[in-house]
Amino acid sequence: MGQTIAEKILSAKAHTKAEPGEIVEAEVDYVMVNDVTGPAAFDEFEGLCAPILEKKVVLIPDHYVPNKDVASAKQAKKMRDFARKHKVRNYFEVGSGGVCHQLMIEQGFAAPGRLIVGADSHTCSYGALGAFATGIGSTEAATVFARGVLWFKVPESMKIVVDGKLGKHVSGKDIILTIIGDIGVEGALYQSMEVGGSSISSLPLSDRITISNMGIEAGAKACMIPPDKKVDEYLRDRARGKYRHVLADADAAYSEVKEYEGEDIVPVVAKPFLPSNVSPASEVDVPIDQAYLGSCTNGRIEDLRIAAKIMKGRKVHKDVRMIVVPATKEVFDRAVKEGLVKIFSDAGAFISGPTCGACLGGYMGILAPGERCVSSTNRNFVGRMGDKDSEVYLASPAVVAASAVKGRIVDPSVVSR
Amino acid sequence: MSPAFKGRAWVFGDNVDTDQIIPAEYLVTMDSSELAKHAFVKVRPEFAKRVQKGDIIVAGRNFGCGSSREHAPRALIGAGVSCVVAESYARIFFRNAINIGLPVVEAALSASDGDTVSVDVARGTVLNERTNERLTFKAYPPFVTMLMDKGGLIPYTKERLGCRRSR
Repeated sequence: MGQTIAEKILSAKAHTKAEPGEIVEAEVDYVMVNDVTGPAAFDEFEGLCAPILEKKVVLIPDHYVPNKDVASAKQAKKMRDFARKHKVRNYFEVGSGGVCHQLMIEQGFAAPGRLIVGADSHTCSYGALGAFATGIGSTEAATVFARGVLWFKVPESMKIVVDGKLGKHVSGKDIILTIIGDIGVEGALYQSMEVGGSSISSLPLSDRITISNMGIEAGAKACMIPPDKKVDEYLRDRARGKYRHVLADADAAYSEVKEYEGEDIVPVVAKPFLPSNVSPASEVDVPIDQAYLGSCTNGRIEDLRIAAKIMKGRKVHKDVRMIVVPATKEVFDRAVKEGLVKIFSDAGAFISGPTCGACLGGYMGILAPGERCVSSTNRNFVGRMGDKDSEVYLASPAVVAASAVKGRIVDPSVVSR
Repeated sequence: MSPAFKGRAWVFGDNVDTDQIIPAEYLVTMDSSELAKHAFVKVRPEFAKRVQKGDIIVAGRNFGCGSSREHAPRALIGAGVSCVVAESYARIFFRNAINIGLPVVEAALSASDGDTVSVDVARGTVLNERTNERLTFKAYPPFVTMLMDKGGLIPYTKERLGCRRSR
């Protein structure tokens, strides 16, 4: 019997033939923590009697930096101090880094065939480049700092095939929300998703990252997309070290195969309070108070270009605040260079430097009771972006931009160019 | 870990996410008792005030979905929760709980708030003493049982690294 991508990578890293359901200890290529999950890992690591495996460790402050208050300042300082004490080179200070998952990809840590863990649930993003990447906790991150290995239950894989031509405003976000709307928030629980098909091959890497990023919202352990030339082109001047493509065998076994027609997928929105509560954007039609464009899900330059194209020469609706947060310094710099920042600013949007901030209700865009936000982020749980009586509608950059202009949630074709 | 627990039930539904267990604005400390003050603050504001040592959380499917924040199981430990009984768990929450020593068992137990629930991990049974509903749950894989027996991932890692006991 052949193997899935997940089984092959875990087999290679555990030096055994890893079968689904089996627990293996596997060698990790990189372990990443952020300013919220790092401090506990640092405390636990200091209690272990081993030197740090410095080359494997990546430290990225992003959730509450620039520091939102004294308590978060202490956490950020703890990370900075840990990096200095243990001479961790892969530490990205405010002003040089950004949102951890986009940075892990830009900086060439994520690459095909690698096993990467991160103390952040959206670590599964790197599956878009063919890495087996999964979210872990702080304590286990500390043990990886010391041993370089971690236990994994080898997951079964669910295969998802999306074939056919996609409509004009249909993005990776619409594809993954449609899938989650179909299989539910636990549809891939304990499993690895493997997403392919001609629609996926046709997508730029940016949209594929959005798909893998939200695999966790279906409960998936990893969300893999078979790597191809687009991944190699992206990594040409970025990849750290060598890598090799790992693809599934033709006779690999899947728990389930789900097929979707690309032509049937339309711009959609996930309504409160679960990412599976999906409806076509054209049918939602509710007024909004805030529009948020950013995050590891949709804060890339490609996302900003899509939104800017819709917003150029237009204004944010008078009853709406629009917040634009490029995911990293690299994205920010390109957005400035390409004139996108001016387009957003001229439209009346607020633009900030990179931070996770508002996506998880931390700061920089908290919602008051009764307020509603259309957001390019990944979660719409109760109180996710602020008060428990506020609401988050998840959508693509195109839907966010069009809705910001109209003041209500609309299909992008309403303000299409 | 102690093999059996008995406590009052706090009952939750499906898809209890980690933002409900501990909202992100409180993720500025790792102190369990400080985190416990804000546990379920947005959805069950009375929880933090009334929870007692030994209480048991009884929930539906996909408990602990969402973020990887270890603050979630730590907040429950800080609140005195002895055990979680849920029909299923989001995998990162499950790992975090096992790794830091919070017992989590998979069973679809029917209960109302305040029912007395007992859990026998060694025998793999949960019992609602009010309704007399008794369910069995499947044993952890041997590796997970071994981790739990050692007190979590840190004691196991120290052993593998050959750390002296004094550390």
